[in-house]
Amino acid sequence: MTTLPTPAASPTPGEQADAAVAAILASALHAGERGTVVDSPPGAGKSTLVVKAARELVATGERLMIVAQTNSQVDDLVDRLAQADPGLAVGRLHGSDALPGEIAMRHAGVVASTKAADLRELPVVVATAAKWQWVKDTDPWRHAIVDEAYQMRSDALLAVARLFERALFVGDPGQLDPFSIVGTDDWAGLHHDPSQSAVVTLLAHNPGIVPHRLPVSWRLPASAAPLVSDAFYPFTPFRAGTEPGDRCLELGPPTPPPAPGLAPALARAADEVLDVAAESGWGLLELPARLTVRTDPEAVAAVAAVVARLLARGGEARSERGSAPVEADRIAVGTAHRDQAAAVRSALAALGVTEVTVDTANRLQGREYDVTVVLHPLSGRPDATAFHLETGRLCVLASRHRHACVVVTRAGIPELLDAHPSTEPVQLGVVSKFPDGWEANHAVLEHLRRHRVTAG
Amino acid sequence: MSLLTTLARLEAVRAGVAQPLATVRHRHLAERPFVLVPLAAAGETGAPLAVLLGQDREHPCLLTVPQPLDRDLRFAFLARLGDELLPYLESFGADVELLERSVKDPESGEKTVEVRELCADAPQLVVPNPGAMELLGLFGRSTRFRRTAEDADPGPYPVPARVPLLGRWLTHLSERSNVPGSSLLLPLTTTLSRHWATGQSSLEDAHLGALLAWIAPPPGEHGEQAALRAENGRDERGQLLVPPAGPTTDPAFDSLLLSPAVTRYDAARAAQDERLTQARAQEIEALLESVLLPVWHQVWQGVDLLRTLPQAPHVVERWESDRWSYTGHRDRIAAGEPPQPLHDDAVTAARKLAQREREQVRLDLEEALDDPLAMAEHRLAGQAFAGEVVEVVPAYDTSGRSPKPRPLVTVRTEDRPHLDPGGEVHRAGGPAAQRAELVRLDAEAGLLTLRLLSGMGRKKEPEPGTVPQAGEQVCFTLFELSARQSAPLPDPEDTPWTHGGPPK
Repeated sequence: MTTLPTPAASPTPGEQADAAVAAILASALHAGERGTVVDSPPGAGKSTLVVKAARELVATGERLMIVAQTNSQVDDLVDRLAQADPGLAVGRLHGSDALPGEIAMRHAGVVASTKAADLRELPVVVATAAKWQWVKDTDPWRHAIVDEAYQMRSDALLAVARLFERALFVGDPGQLDPFSIVGTDDWAGLHHDPSQSAVVTLLAHNPGIVPHRLPVSWRLPASAAPLVSDAFYPFTPFRAGTEPGDRCLELGPPTPPPAPGLAPALARAADEVLDVAAESGWGLLELPARLTVRTDPEAVAAVAAVVARLLARGGEARSERGSAPVEADRIAVGTAHRDQAAAVRSALAALGVTEVTVDTANRLQGREYDVTVVLHPLSGRPDATAFHLETGRLCVLASRHRHACVVVTRAGIPELLDAHPSTEPVQLGVVSKFPDGWEANHAVLEHLRRHRVTAG
Repeated sequence: MSLLTTLARLEAVRAGVAQPLATVRHRHLAERPFVLVPLAAAGETGAPLAVLLGQDREHPCLLTVPQPLDRDLRFAFLARLGDELLPYLESFGADVELLERSVKDPESGEKTVEVRELCADAPQLVVPNPGAMELLGLFGRSTRFRRTAEDADPGPYPVPARVPLLGRWLTHLSERSNVPGSSLLLPLTTTLSRHWATGQSSLEDAHLGALLAWIAPPPGEHGEQAALRAENGRDERGQLLVPPAGPTTDPAFDSLLLSPAVTRYDAARAAQDERLTQARAQEIEALLESVLLPVWHQVWQGVDLLRTLPQAPHVVERWESDRWSYTGHRDRIAAGEPPQPLHDDAVTAARKLAQREREQVRLDLEEALDDPLAMAEHRLAGQAFAGEVVEVVPAYDTSGRSPKPRPLVTVRTEDRPHLDPGGEVHRAGGPAAQRAELVRLDAEAGLLTLRLLSGMGRKKEPEPGTVPQAGEQVCFTLFELSARQSAPLPDPEDTPWTHGGPPK
């Protein structure tokens, strides 16, 4: 932590965060409203809050159900709960075809079952929303915590709300909205549009609930928090928990020869953009403008090159948590589409790299790494569709890192954006979401331009 | 747009004619569908102008509104539309098959047999495009709540008796058309685009004339030229050679021909000259017929084109869902239920969304199973693979009390599925549902060794025919081949506090 003296008038990040958490817990336990909503920017200690709230609720003698959205989120949560309180008995409710993960089941206090009745007496039971929907013939829990509530669909909340009396909803409004594979215009503008986020429905029907906010991002470095805050959370700004200089990424020299199969020119460009990113927290590796297929082989090769060079050079990530080498498990590659992720994986495998996480924005939600490499969603595209412009997609991709983020893209995206202003029809009764993806994309690119390295 | 569709579009440009995207027809097509080409008046949403309709392609029936701003004329038009359409819609209600199912009494737990009626067939309306579909939905919305002279309190503006009934049917058909794969109300452009890829954008495919020009260009002509003429060609009066398929009309037609004719009609009416008014109305009819007849023939040409494709096997099952939908609506009307509400309540909306998502998944799966071209999309995306069985080695799971067959099947394929050892796959086109897991992968040689996990009966040796033999062509998918059941939702009267409580 920094030891700079802070005037009494402006509280430290830690004090700000503690005050926010205390207010949230008081509201969840005692407020007149049945629901409490917490908006959390990326890495603001959402999971810590959930664990803390769960323990406080259990300490008052209540039994608690926790709703998360995916099985890996459930396993993570169970793991955190068990780590924080090894004596706590945690029920892991799961489906018959989705066995709980090793990470959750390694704790002695964790009990897994496919039947809610087996776990009913435990202080905490955790499951996905999809699993909770099938639970029946049980008395409601007094308290629930809904994690990643902005990614939960309103219809899923409709199906599980009968199971609890009060609930704490925690989530990040800036990440990807839930989606449907079919058109949902029939219900656009209705308070209870089943395709919108659970929190939007909850707030529309319970106007007394005022969302709380977590004001400090502990994940994002001082180089990233202002950009992410300005571009994606313009009306609910947050700050980094660390000061510039608290985090430092020291790369090894670019002396190791490139792996066989990696073009020397591309390796040089990758080295250069890594140096820029280590220095400033951001790097933009720009390939010549060109319309390409989704799995653009050159862009995929460039992404793989950046990862391979980072691993070959080795690096040391110094932060308030201490110092650790940047190894494969601390690096992630983010893409918009699954086939792009598959192409990057096979390109990495060809360079002998296998341990690095490569996934789509949807699956990287809630994850944290030291360095991320992002294939820009609009790279090489002839058009800017609503999918590729979605604010949450870019926000997820640009906010997974503790130290540095390198974006790989074809040139010409600002022009592409200008040629494709948002044309989604305005629906009566639907609250416009700010910022729109178009604006956010421009803001991020404008910032990245200052950290640009060209290749090819 | 998938890679395969992009490729097909490029090939269409080169060949000058649309390329097939399907080897079979994925939608139900009635022997004698009811075709409906509606036009809307400019300037007011959902104001009817004309409709050409019927089951007889040689003798369509024309209905028009000579002055679209006149509400009385508008509802007289809708009443005549009801006269034409309702007998057709209702004619399928009488012929039923009886289905038995056993139901458990929720209180006593006893099983009883319940007999249900299912209409043997259902009506099918074919319209040119989604715009026409939307317009019919608007007609339904504007008529289903109207009061009639037969009501206890007819109000100041009663409409002819069967107008609200027409509204309820149109609302039902338009609702049903939102369910993926349904065919009660079929928009032609969307259906044709599902089966053919043209050399133009999907936006341009929404123009029925241009779409048909690509699918069936005149002999010796490039599809692009034919489509361009269909879109932009005008005669010496400035009128389009191929009128748009509605529901909006060409502005040049509106301002140069229709508007003056309506003005003349108004003048004759104002002069209370009945014979002249009649004559002016006939002029308007002739004008509207001149822009509707070409579309009428296009729609039938499109129907003929669809008929050239053999029906996909799963269409019968999906049509049965349509028949259930029709039967359900028939029953609701017979039971005297009120018209569909203006907005869905929270539970109904969630139920409908769940149904549509389930049907979308089912449609995608069934299309892939029915059509190698649809499966090819999944194979290209690394979500499926097809190939020849090169080796089958019997193997057994001996961990349980009695050994179970777990044969190892090696498949040679040129596909590159996104699959790692341990990953689960599902057999497509096998005798029964069958799961397998990948055991070994030799990407260089294109050899995948799978262990079959199910679908082989309960005995020690697999049932004959359940294990593919060497030399057999097989296909496996990485995704499950049946749609998941939707989770239960509360009853509307149990709507929770998060969703505003029960509807008032």
